[in-house]
Formats: sequence, C-alpha cells, structure tokens
Amino acid sequence: MTSYFIAGASPLGGEPMNIVLTDGLIAGIGDDLAVPGGAAVVDGAGLVALPGLVDLHTHLREPGREDAETVASGTRAAAAGGFTAVFAMANTSPVQDTAGVVEQVWRLGHQAGWADVFPIGAVSVGLGGEHLAELGAMADSAARVRVFSDDGKCVWDPVLMRRALEYVKAFDGVIAQHAQEPRLTDGAQMNEGVVSAEIGLAGWPAVAEEAIIARDVLLAQHVGSRLHVCHLSTAGSVDLVRWAKARGVEVTAEVTPHHLLLTDEYARGYDPVFKVNPPLRTAEDVEAVRAGLVDGTIDIVATDHAPHPREDKDCEWAAAAFGMTGLETALSVVQQTMVDTGRMSWADVARVMSAAPARIGRVSTGPRAQGRPLAAGEPANVTLVDPAARATVDPGRQQTASPNSPLRGLSLPGRVVATFLRGRPTVLDGRPRQADAQEVR
Amino acid sequence: MKHLLSTADLSRSEAVTILDTAAQMAATQERAVKKLPTLRGRTVVNLFFEDSTRTRISFETAAKRLSADVINFSAKGSSVSKGESLKDTALTLKAMGADAVIIRHQASGAPHTLAHAGWLDAPVINAGDGTHQHPTQALLDAYTMRRHLKGEVRGAADSKGVIGRDLSGLSVVLVGDVLHSRVARANVALLHTLGAQVTLVAPPTLLPVGVDVWPCAVSYDLDAVLREHQPDALMMLRVQRERMSSAGGGFFPSPLEYSRLYGLDQRRLDMLPGHAIVMHPGPMNRGLEISAQAADSPRSVIVEQVANGVAVRMAVLYLLLAGTSGTEGA
Repeated sequence: MTSYFIAGASPLGGEPMNIVLTDGLIAGIGDDLAVPGGAAVVDGAGLVALPGLVDLHTHLREPGREDAETVASGTRAAAAGGFTAVFAMANTSPVQDTAGVVEQVWRLGHQAGWADVFPIGAVSVGLGGEHLAELGAMADSAARVRVFSDDGKCVWDPVLMRRALEYVKAFDGVIAQHAQEPRLTDGAQMNEGVVSAEIGLAGWPAVAEEAIIARDVLLAQHVGSRLHVCHLSTAGSVDLVRWAKARGVEVTAEVTPHHLLLTDEYARGYDPVFKVNPPLRTAEDVEAVRAGLVDGTIDIVATDHAPHPREDKDCEWAAAAFGMTGLETALSVVQQTMVDTGRMSWADVARVMSAAPARIGRVSTGPRAQGRPLAAGEPANVTLVDPAARATVDPGRQQTASPNSPLRGLSLPGRVVATFLRGRPTVLDGRPRQADAQEVR
Repeated sequence: MKHLLSTADLSRSEAVTILDTAAQMAATQERAVKKLPTLRGRTVVNLFFEDSTRTRISFETAAKRLSADVINFSAKGSSVSKGESLKDTALTLKAMGADAVIIRHQASGAPHTLAHAGWLDAPVINAGDGTHQHPTQALLDAYTMRRHLKGEVRGAADSKGVIGRDLSGLSVVLVGDVLHSRVARANVALLHTLGAQVTLVAPPTLLPVGVDVWPCAVSYDLDAVLREHQPDALMMLRVQRERMSSAGGGFFPSPLEYSRLYGLDQRRLDMLPGHAIVMHPGPMNRGLEISAQAADSPRSVIVEQVANGVAVRMAVLYLLLAGTSGTEGA
C-alpha cells in the first residue's frame, strides 16, 4: 500500500508535525521524519490533524429508502465530513432487527469502502416496542453489534427497557434511547413554548424527553447496565444526566450539531427543513447543551444525519418528515459553536467526535479500531481540517443524496481537506476519492 | 400588503384601512343592486382542504359581489393523507391563472408555505390554518366591535361615524378553547394592534404553554373577569366536542362542568354592562359554551358578524387585487 507523508500538520491543533502513514498504520509522528521512498506528500501546512471522526448516530436509510440515501452515498458523505466510521441506525426497512439485516448493512458498508459501518440493532422486533429483538444473534453476527436502539421511537415500556438494559450486559452492549414519552408528544410538531403557542404548531414539551431520561437512568442504576441517551436536547436533560453521573450511573449522552446551533425560532417561517425530532429548542437549551458538552456531562457529538428526499420536505410543515442531514457540516458546526468560541480545544473535539463515541460503541480496540489516539502504531485513521477556510453550505454540492440541510446558505468555518481510513485517503484535496478495488481491505 | 396570512403582520393603519374599506363595501350592500364591477375578469380560487361551508360561502359571496369569477376547489384531506401535494395543487392553480387564492387548511402555516414557497405568484388569503390564524374572522370581529362600540352611541350600530377609528380603550374578553383556536390567536394580535385591552379566559388545560408572553391578560375565572373588567365585548369561542375525549381523558371533566365554569348563561349575561355586545365566531354549541338565551339576546351580534364577514372579505379582496394599501407588508 502507498505511504503518505503529511507535512507540517498540527495534531490536535498543537505544534506542526510530520505524520507518516504506512500499511494502514501511523508509522510515525514527529518534526524530524524523512519522506519515505515512494510516499505521496500531502501539504499539511495550516491544517489540524484529528483522529478519524466516529458518528454514533447516522441514518443510512438502506435497505428500504434508497431514494433518500444509500450506504454508499451516506458513507461518502461521512468521509467528506471527516468521518472514518458511522453507526447505522436500525430504522431501515426491513428493520435492522435480525442478524441477517445487520450483516447486510455491514457488508454494504464494507463494499462501499468510504467508512467503517457499524450497524445498530433494533431493541424490539420491528421497532414495535413489544418484544425484544434477537439481540444476542446480532451481537454474535459478523456485524458484531454492540449498540441497540429503537431510535425514531422510544422504548417507552419500562419493563421492556429494563429487560433490554439487563440483557445486553451479557455481551457488553449499550441501549441507546430515543427519549420521547409518546403520550406527551402525540401529534407533536415542534418544541412546546412561546413560538409553538404563537404559530399554532402542536408542542413537543421538554418534559417528554426528561421524564424518560429520568426513568432510564434510574433503571440503568438499578440493573447495573450501560445507557446511552441519544440526541439530548434540553437544559433539564443535561441536569438529569449530570445528576445521574454524579451518582455513578453508567450513562453517556450525545448532542447533535443542530441542537448546538439552532433554536425553535427557525420554525417561524414554517420551512420544514427545520422540522426535526427531538425538535429545535430554545436559546437557553442551546446554551445548556454547550455547557454540558464542555463539562463532560454530554460525552459526544453525534449527527443524527437523517436524509429525506425533496418531496418529503417540499410541503406544509405538518406533512413533512422529521430530520436533517448533518454528516458534512458537523465538524464545522462544532468548530463554530465550541472551538472558535474558545470553549473547547481540538483535543476536546477529538474526544467528543472520535475517541468517546468509539468507546461507547465498543469499537476502540483491535486491529480495525476506531477512535484511537494519533500515535505511532495506531490505525491510520486521520482527518485533516483547515480551520481557517470558510464556506457557504450548499446542499446541492454535498455528497449525501438528500438536500435537507438546515444550514443551507449559512457560512461556516472549517473544511475537511483529507480523510484517511486505515491509511487510504477517502477524501483528498477536499474531494471524495473512490477506492481502487485492491485497496479495500 | 401582498398577502393576508396573519393579523400579526398588519400595522394599525393597514388594519384600519381594511375596516374603513369594509364600511364602504357594507354601504354598497344596502343598495338594491349589490354587485360591483371592480374585479370583473379576475379569478378567485377558494382552496379548501378542510370543510367550512360558512367561510367558503362568505368568501364566495364577497368575490361574486365584486364580479370576480370564483372557482371552488375542495381538496379535503388531500395532502396529509398522501393525495396530491399542496405544491402540485398550487402549480395547477397557477397554470389555471388564478388571480388570488383563498386557502383553508388543517395544517398551521400551510397558507404561509403556499405564499412563500415560490409555487405561486398570486396573493394568498388565509381562511383559517390549523390552530394558527384566521385573519378575516378577526377583522370581521374588529369591524363588528368598532361599529357597535366606537360610534356616537355605545352599543348601537354605526358604520359611518367610526371611519378612521381603532379600538383603543375597549375591553374585550375571549372565553374558551384558546389552545386550539386560530380565532383567538388572530383576535389577540389584531385587537392589541388596534389598541383594545384583551383578556383570555379558559381552563388552564385549554391555554397554550407560552401564552404568558402574549399581549393580553389571562384568567381562569370568568365570573371575576366579568365583575372586575366589565367588558365592552364578550366573545365565546367554540369548544369542539372531541376535546372531551382526547389523550389523557380530555381537556375538561365534562360538558356540564365546562358550562358551569365557562359557559355564558343568563346570570353571566346580566353581569355585563348595558352596552356590551356578545359575539361568537360560529358555529355555536348551544348549551355548551353559550346558552340559547345569550345567543338570542338583544346583546348578541352573532348573526351580524356573519353579514359583516362578507363586507370585510370584499374589502380584503379589493385591497389585495384592485387597490393599494400604500405599504408592502405581510
């Protein structure tokens, strides 16, 4: 395999170093390394080197909704966004609730070669919330599933949730909960508050998220299991997770880029591109999730990348689908909201977008490990970002197959210049680079 | 003013202009020949995704009195139930050369989307969208209040002596299902713009979270409000019967309890000052939010609201299609 010599990039934003990638591994990092024979040189001047990003929450839509996204287009978007691994949510059609379907998604990801695809298994059969899916079979499959979620739907039945939390302990799994009390959110369209009252859209109250999180952290403590809270969106949720962690509950939490940036004020124009579940919240909630990410209450940023075809957003608000794309803008949003504001370092970004999500998903060990440090001997998963670049978001120029970016027209900092997956560039000079057949290992 | 989507978009002068124009339109309706040639050759589409015979007929009458051609396009249940999309309906209307589109839709914001998505160039008039807005209803309510309460003699009808006036100094009380009411939202915004003091009265379950920042007072106690405010106008909102059987067992325990606490009966009617008027946007649930005595009392202007609706809608069609209001708004 070709070697790459990254000249003068700044690992985690520190002093510029040369980074040598050989045979899928980081061969060395230092300021005195020579260019190995035959190595391709990548100019790293001004670039920050991060470990390849890991997204714990991606909707790749395949099988079933290939009109919105495929594993190939979604993982190409991931690579363009600096990701070397994505966890594919289970709400496909058929649902990822058997070993067969998770192995199909895993294989599609392997064949596409843009990023490692780790399928998430459904908690309940068909996301129906009634019977446990065959969690053990999915864990034992080639896809080696460790994260289970009915995302899109809440595991609202407390008994089913308890059983799921207990059952996955056998193989060190985690239940990733979409916290939404269904009865409190029947027909809900947006955050319940001042804006919903005025514009007449049915409200999705913060308490519907917080009540489930409160219940689940207590359950997790009671049965001694791992709980992961998906797309935490309210100030009250941050308080609850902070409280649970202080009590020693094994809970982790994620926030999406859009909940770090946008508020429910964007609903005022009834543009369904801002319709998402959980909904955009208030400015106070945005500040709370930022603070929670800084103090470690919130462990990771995950995109909840949710592509939808044009017609599902080109309609009145109530008829539109919930969800936003996010893979290609996540790092820029984190830079703008957390790094450029001085609240987080690039090392913190590497923690919340690479190391921690890989650890939660139990993919941070072994020869194909993700979320590893930038160090000699580690897998050569490296993302190079130009923090000084600035670009206007144009969904038409993105790699994802769907146009529903809420950030269209917005100028954001940071540009992914290169993404290396085990030493092979999936993105180079800012452009996706299709793998040669023999390059895919 | 390019569209009429929400009363919150109207300035005081725009609102007064609509009311003044409505008064002129009403005057023409006292003649033997009611039809005006103003919009001859123009096509107005009534696009109704939700049944509302009353509102549709009112708009249809208004358009026809101005000599416009009227097309009734009933698309009930259409887009949410995966029939033709709102977009394709809009493109169809555009191809047919609609000069104005009056839309009633069960989804809040659908008129806004129709006006701003780039599918259509014609003016859009919101004839009621979900639980958001119903601007012509609020305008006809304001027109009715002004006519009865701002003329020479309070409580007596006067269409000419009120030209140019707003509703400043009036106390208006709205009672009922504010949570689901587009009439309430439209009225709160417009009445505030026109200078009236508004008080909403409802059980707490029928008030939206976030109502505290609205430009009005809120109370749970109708008797106290009637006693202390002595309102000039009392508007009873329709309470839909399905509100008693929804999630959580309903928004209030029983129709009888609702009537006892929030219904307008003879006793409460007698608490009103002599000049006060009683209003209802219709259709009424007699015996629930309003008793027959109250609905049929001399204070009731409920039937007149319907007549004023035609004049107000004529005014809106005229200003959007033929006249100029002087400002680009909405």
